[in-house]
Amino acid sequence: MGAIMGKYLLRLYITGRTPQGNRAIANLQRICQTELAGRYEMEVIDVIEDPQAAEDARIIATPTLIKALPPPLRRIIGDLSNKDKVLIGLDLSGPEDPNGDHHG
Amino acid sequence: MAEPKKLPAVTKLPTGIDGFDHIGLGGIPAGRTTLVAGTAGSAKTIFAAQFLAEGIRQYDEAGVFVTFEESGEDIRANVGSLGWDVAAWEAEGKWAFVDAAPQPGDEVVVSGAFDLGALVVRVEAAVRRIGATRVAIDSLGAVFSRFENEVIVRAELFRLASALKGLGVTSIMTAERTNEYGEISRHGVEEFVTDNVLILRNVLEGEKRRRTMEVLKFRGTVHQKGEYPFTIMPDQGIVVIPLSAIELDQRSSYTRITSGNIELDAMCGGGFFRDSVILVSGATGCGKTLTSTEFIAGGVAQGERSLLLAFEESRDQLSRNASGWGRDFDRYEREGLLKVVAVYPEAAGLEDHLIRIKREIDSFKPNRVAVDSLSALERVSSIKGFREFVISLTSFIKHKEIAGLFTATTSSLMGGESVTETHISTITDAIILLRYVEMFGEMKRGLTVLKMRGSAHDKDIRAFTIDGRGMHIGAPFRNVTGILAGHPRHVPPAEIERLGQLFSNEGPLGD
Repeated sequence: MGAIMGKYLLRLYITGRTPQGNRAIANLQRICQTELAGRYEMEVIDVIEDPQAAEDARIIATPTLIKALPPPLRRIIGDLSNKDKVLIGLDLSGPEDPNGDHHG
Repeated sequence: MAEPKKLPAVTKLPTGIDGFDHIGLGGIPAGRTTLVAGTAGSAKTIFAAQFLAEGIRQYDEAGVFVTFEESGEDIRANVGSLGWDVAAWEAEGKWAFVDAAPQPGDEVVVSGAFDLGALVVRVEAAVRRIGATRVAIDSLGAVFSRFENEVIVRAELFRLASALKGLGVTSIMTAERTNEYGEISRHGVEEFVTDNVLILRNVLEGEKRRRTMEVLKFRGTVHQKGEYPFTIMPDQGIVVIPLSAIELDQRSSYTRITSGNIELDAMCGGGFFRDSVILVSGATGCGKTLTSTEFIAGGVAQGERSLLLAFEESRDQLSRNASGWGRDFDRYEREGLLKVVAVYPEAAGLEDHLIRIKREIDSFKPNRVAVDSLSALERVSSIKGFREFVISLTSFIKHKEIAGLFTATTSSLMGGESVTETHISTITDAIILLRYVEMFGEMKRGLTVLKMRGSAHDKDIRAFTIDGRGMHIGAPFRNVTGILAGHPRHVPPAEIERLGQLFSNEGPLGD
């Protein structure tokens, strides 16, 4: 496993409470609870309420998950339904399971 | 029968881009999105930025620039060379960037479905924040290459376009093309996002780059058809040259002005017309520069201002020539009655020359313009480009109601016609031919007024001499034929008499 000691700071940007946004929140919570239990902080930002936050983080697609900490900063776009891709994005995928994506 | 339903007319928003609003017949459709498509290097980004810049400069309309490719920093620097201070406009709340360019070193992973909702939100927020009425988006191709899922991107671009419509802003989206003449856009879908398509081209034509733009469609409204040349001026940006869009609404003046030569005035029936364009054609050394010098001096004598555009000789050379004929260019310039602009034809493209000439005319406000020689400009352009240049310059000069005298050099010494002549003879109001005439082992010079629109004129081919006081036109060549064809032939007096009787019933003048 990668950064074992580091605390994860995750920001999830969504555009309103759409089914897609809610799915992303649920998927992220599930992944964090299983993979990062006790060592993550998660923030959900609705860009409709706070467009400036989207401006500052240069967000164009939603949902976007930003791994602010530990470095390097990473962006994961989509409703996070492909768990393997999320783990790659979070630098949590071990070399033992490099299985490709199942669907587009 | 039912009354045809009256649809709300599409109004136009003037872009303020010089010449463009002429071909768009008022601008681009207001409150809608126009796609600006072009190959790499076709000036799409400049067009997009200028749309906002002119909005601020001319109409006090704020604009939002959405960039997918270059960073805001890069765009500020790039358009700074065109004289636009974007940072100052940003500080005044007239210009806002929505920077959607990829972040350097950013690795993006895609996991599942997404939309471009945040982009739409950011654009809307920026538009509201500065009260923008114009939006430029550069470029759609970058969005496609960034997000692999074309279906999503296409749907999201439609969403963006409809959001812009909802905001009531007039917008421009740029898109890449792979060929100058082929598919409208690279991904084949960009043009469906909008109802209006403008194409920018940058075509290699006879070793010369030629930029043109064409309005492909403006749904529900009218526009000029066809390609129009444009150029990019260092301190102005895009300048479109609306050739055939120029209306033939010049008034025709009956006021006569002097050619600067009394005998030539007589041959023309009392001088040139105030707002006419005169072409002087002849071989090298035949007296063309002299004719333009006398034209200028004739104006100076009346207190008129002249602009001399020289493409073959330097200002000093011209001044020396003039003093050899008793005309003092230095004095004319000191008195503010003459401005000599000597430019090497190769120094710029023809479109750039045209814009510079127009600017000189606008700033100096001359009564007379002499171009010596127009033919020199042929070599920096394609034939088509040259013809367009001449038409455009001619109509500009006529529009200003000033007199223009252009010289053209024929390729052979003895006669024939110049390429310049072929292209512009129908546009000019008067044509004066200067010819060498070989007579018994001696070179003489001949002059004739070939055409003088709207006036009777002398049909003779007259001999003329040049001395320290200028041109002196004398008697007609009576016993020579074939001068214009370049094969002068001596004719015995008896033959002339016989020919004279043959046509004795014909009136003296007939055009």
